[in-house]
Amino acid sequence: MSEKSNNNTDQKRREFLKGLATVPVFGFFLVNLWLKLKKDALKRKNLLTDLVNEKKAPSIISGLSDSKHLNIGVIGYGGRGSHLVRSAGFATKGWTDWAYESARENKLHKAYATFMEQEDLNCSLVGVCDLFDINAELAIDASKNDMRPGGKPKASAIRYRRYTEMLERDDIDAVIVATPDHWHSRITIDAAKAGKHVYCEKGLTRTFQEALDVHDVIKDTGVILQLGHQNRQVEANDKAKQIIDQGLLGPINLVELTTNRNSPWGAWVWSIHKDANRKTLDWDEFQEPSPNKIPFGEEALKRFFRWRCWYDYGTGLSGDLFSHDYDALNQIMGMGIPKYASSSGGIYFYKDGRDVPDVWHATLEYPDRDLTVLYSATLSSNNSRGNRIMGHDATMILGGQSNAGSVGGFRVIADNESTQYKDRIEDGIINTKYPIYRYSPGSKQIDGVTSATTQYFANKGLLYAYRDGKRVDPSHLHVKDWLDSIRSGGQPKCNVDIAFEEAVTCAMATESYLTGRRVEWDPVNRRLI
Amino acid sequence: MNNAQLYGLVILRVLIGWHILYEGVSKLISPYWSSAAYLLDSKWIFSGLAETIVSNPTLLTISDYVNMWGLTLVGLCLLLGIFSKQAAVGGMLFISLYYLFAPPFLGLEYSRPGEGSYIIVNKNLIEVLALFVLYHFPTSHLVGLDRFIEKLK
Repeated sequence: MSEKSNNNTDQKRREFLKGLATVPVFGFFLVNLWLKLKKDALKRKNLLTDLVNEKKAPSIISGLSDSKHLNIGVIGYGGRGSHLVRSAGFATKGWTDWAYESARENKLHKAYATFMEQEDLNCSLVGVCDLFDINAELAIDASKNDMRPGGKPKASAIRYRRYTEMLERDDIDAVIVATPDHWHSRITIDAAKAGKHVYCEKGLTRTFQEALDVHDVIKDTGVILQLGHQNRQVEANDKAKQIIDQGLLGPINLVELTTNRNSPWGAWVWSIHKDANRKTLDWDEFQEPSPNKIPFGEEALKRFFRWRCWYDYGTGLSGDLFSHDYDALNQIMGMGIPKYASSSGGIYFYKDGRDVPDVWHATLEYPDRDLTVLYSATLSSNNSRGNRIMGHDATMILGGQSNAGSVGGFRVIADNESTQYKDRIEDGIINTKYPIYRYSPGSKQIDGVTSATTQYFANKGLLYAYRDGKRVDPSHLHVKDWLDSIRSGGQPKCNVDIAFEEAVTCAMATESYLTGRRVEWDPVNRRLI
Repeated sequence: MNNAQLYGLVILRVLIGWHILYEGVSKLISPYWSSAAYLLDSKWIFSGLAETIVSNPTLLTISDYVNMWGLTLVGLCLLLGIFSKQAAVGGMLFISLYYLFAPPFLGLEYSRPGEGSYIIVNKNLIEVLALFVLYHFPTSHLVGLDRFIEKLK
């Protein structure tokens, strides 16, 4: 009887154990999970902890737009001009149709949604000046298009053949200047003297003297100048600044900025409009401020549409692309104007009659900061090198402004000979093969912990880009910043002082290339030596 | 079923359960995980559906939750041997979808770095088949919590 009962108990116990046999495995799983979480937490703590628990991405501040309606005019409605006007809320019918259709065909095509979700900046496009009839007509079309954030426009644009006529209008508050560079200073100065606020595309000026003149007139008149470096609105640059300000890279003695492009478009070989001719295009007015004059003809058409290829109208790589990377660095590190600049390069690939180099490098010396900035550009290789801020303790690698449309993130990698991180590298807490900090747009993620796949996507900026289904164009934020500053009387993010630093730095590098000598900045007498 | 067969299958069930459970838990504990990256890299017949999901925030959120909690639940069930048959079906469904959204076919290129070299057959496909075997050779009523459930019936 008792044997039987014992057998029964045994069997019950065995059954019970079989039922629970895998529960210890679950316990083992939990122990390992706990150990992993503990290890990850330790790693995280030893990454750049204080920067990790960061606030959410800066929200777009709204509220100023409804205070005062502003009338704006646009001078130069080409590629950049139309983009800026769109950023202010006015796109051509052709563009909105195209964007709408594209979104219908491909759900990931966000141009239409991005535009329509832009804040209504409470302004009207009332004037346009463009020397090419087709562009002027497009601007008028944009000013009237109902397909826009905020609905039906309050006014439509009137075309002016001379910008001076437009500036005479009392009801115009501000102008967007997106002409070729050789017109920038004259228009900006005249507009400021007429009391109009100015958004001027980069590079601010074509020559050093023009930079001085623009600076002084803007200061005298007190109008709000915004220079067109929309990178100022990119939060990655603010985050990079935060990290460097905290000394997490250690002493920085070398910065390398680069541009890589490899297409005719990237080298400014843009198409010549089929309807451009002596009747539709005011060539004489276009070349009026340029040092060398040429008669209207095939060469003139090339120069009108591909003006970036000639020093008569711009400064080539210097004002066009170097200015972006310099300004981003100026935003991150507060560079100011260098003591010395030298540059070299040549026309090595595009032997198409241009006189600006397609391979070009500049060296900026900041002896007071123990720092050299190297810029290197090629228009015949897409091997994207990115930008590197090299510190003794860590290097920050940024996407580069001219490649990624100025929204690229960055990563920070500790140096294996670092003093600051020596102990942690020896203890294996910091691995110099992996970033100790990574910033990707739209992601607030700290890394060095997550899987290779996640890191890969984060690096490409693919993660979370569609998370809340909304993208914002930095150009829109930049125009908004300008209009908000006009309304509040404050200074925009790329104000006249910053613009002056950009213009002088670029002018020094350009001058060095053209003269073949090192150029020195004399800040006391405000001159180049 | 002899003991070697039984314990071979139990171990297989536990290992697959462990794998799927951690896939789920790791997504749950990462505040940044999203299925968007995987979906954006989708190729073949489901790439259109993947685009639809990614471009719609609501669908994407649903997809994230279904993956995180679904995997965790399936993994836990296989590991502990509770509702294992249903869990095996669920697991097959999840992993088949991962396979079909990004199959390793000739001519399909992914920007995601691969963990191995595959033509047509990859670990996902094998795991689906292993779950198929587990479904047809259930073990949880012998070793696992299903044993108690069986008793209650």
